[in-house]
Amino acid sequence: MSGPIVLSLKVALIAVAIDAVLATLLARLLARREFPGKNLLESFIILPMVLPPTVLGFGLLIVLGKRGLLGRFLLENFDLQIVFTWWAAIFAAAVVSFPLMYQSAKAAFASVDMSLEQAARTLGSSESRVFLRITLPLAYPGLIAGLVLAFARALGEFGATLMVAGNIPGKTQTIPLAIYFAVETGDNTLARNLVLVITGMSVTALFWLNLWLRKKTRVWQKGDTPRAERLHP
Amino acid sequence: MLNASIRKELPGFSVDIDLRFDRGILVLFGPSGSGKSTILNCLAGLQKPTAGRILLDSRVFFCKQQNINVPARQRRIGYVFQDYALFPHLTVKDNVLFGLAPGPDRCKKRRGHRMSVRETLEMLKIMHLQARYPAQLSGGEKQRVALARSLMMEPDLLLLDEPLSAIDAQIRRELQIELKKIQRTWEIPFILVTHSHKEMDALADEVVFLKDGQAVDTADWTLPAGGTTDRWGRAWPPVLPGEDSLTGSTIHGFRNTAAMPDVPVK
Repeated sequence: MSGPIVLSLKVALIAVAIDAVLATLLARLLARREFPGKNLLESFIILPMVLPPTVLGFGLLIVLGKRGLLGRFLLENFDLQIVFTWWAAIFAAAVVSFPLMYQSAKAAFASVDMSLEQAARTLGSSESRVFLRITLPLAYPGLIAGLVLAFARALGEFGATLMVAGNIPGKTQTIPLAIYFAVETGDNTLARNLVLVITGMSVTALFWLNLWLRKKTRVWQKGDTPRAERLHP
Repeated sequence: MLNASIRKELPGFSVDIDLRFDRGILVLFGPSGSGKSTILNCLAGLQKPTAGRILLDSRVFFCKQQNINVPARQRRIGYVFQDYALFPHLTVKDNVLFGLAPGPDRCKKRRGHRMSVRETLEMLKIMHLQARYPAQLSGGEKQRVALARSLMMEPDLLLLDEPLSAIDAQIRRELQIELKKIQRTWEIPFILVTHSHKEMDALADEVVFLKDGQAVDTADWTLPAGGTTDRWGRAWPPVLPGEDSLTGSTIHGFRNTAAMPDVPVK
C-alpha cells in the first residue's frame, strides 16, 4: 500500500514545485500588463481546469509520446522516454493543477496595493527589492493558498495520468489509479484504506491552510489585537 | 532649487505647468482632478511626463530632449502619500528603516545626515510605536510614521499629497504646526498638495493655484458666493469635517506670510 502513497506524494510535490515557479512568474508578468490577446492567452492558461482530463491526456500524448513533438526529440537525442514513466505523471499533474496556482497568484498580485510598491520605489528600492520585500510578502497568503489547492488537485489527478503514464504498479501507479484498479479487481479493503489515506491528506492540507491563513493575516491586515493595546494620542 | 516644467497628457485633460521654487513650503492648491497628484508623481518619477524638464539643484531628473528619465529610486525625493502607503506587513520600526541600506549599522547616524533614527522618531513622538503594525495606529500616528520614513533617507525634496485630509480637526492643527517646524529644521523644500483652504493658509510660503492642470492667475480667482461644483459635480469648495464652510470667501494672495507665525527653529 505504501508504494502508491509515496509515489503520489513525490509526483504531487514535484508538480506543485514546477507550478509554483512557472505560474507565479507568469502571473506576475501578466498582472500589470495590458496587451492585445491577453484575454485569449489567459483563456488558454485556464483551459486545463475545465477540459476533461482525457483531452489533456490526449494532448500530452501528442507532445510527449514516442512520436510526439517533444517526446521524439528527447528519445532520439537523449534516449529519454517520458511516457509511461513517473515523469509523465508529473507532467500530467503539473498541467492540471497549473490553472489553480495561476489564478491564485494572479488574484494575490492584483490585491497588492500599487501605491505600496510606488512608496518602496521612492524610498530607493530596486525592482527586485520591491518584489521581494513588498509584493511577495503581501501576496504570500494568496500564493500559499494556490500552492495548497494545486497540491490537492495534483494529488487527485487520474484521467490524464492514466493516459500518459499508464498503470504500472511501483512505477506509475499513484493513489487514484491504485484505488480504481483495486475496486476493479475486487480488493475493497485496499481501496478503502487508500481512500482514507488520500482523503486524510487532502483534508489535512486544506485544514492547515485555513488555520494558517487566519493566523498569518490577522495582525497586519486587520489590526486585530485586543483593544487595550491600542493607544491613541 | 527646483526647476520643473511638466507636460503630461491624460485622458480628458492635460497638465501643463512650470514650477520654480527654492525654499519653504509650496502649496499646490486646487480641486480634485486638477492634476495635483499627477504633478507630484511626475516629480517623484512614478509617472513619466509627456514633455518637459525636471531639475533639482544641479541634477537633471527628466529631460525630454536629452531623453533622460531618472528612476524614482535614484531621485532621493521623499513622498508622503495621501493614504500614507505604510507597509502593512512591517512594524513601524521596519517601515521607518525601509529606505536605509540594510546592515547592523543602519540605525547609526550617517555622515551628512541631519538626524539619527532615534532623534527623528523622538521629534515625531513615535518612539513608543516601534513594535506596532500600521493597522494598529491612528490616522495621526500613521501620518507621523510616513513622514519619518521619507525623512530617514535624507531627501532633497519632500512631496506631501493631502497629508492631513484623513485626520480630524484638532490633530490636524497640531500636525500643521509640526510640519512647518520640520520644514524649518530640515531646510529642504516641501511641496504640499491640498484642497483645504485652511491648510493652505496655515502652511504655505508660496501657493500655486491649479485648475484643469494649469496654473491659474490668483488675482481674479475668487470663489463665487454659494459655492460651485467641480468636474464631478461635487460641491466646491469642499467642506471638510471640522471646518466651516468656505463659501463666499476670497482666496488669499500669492505669497502667504501673515497667516501663521513662523515656528522658530530649535
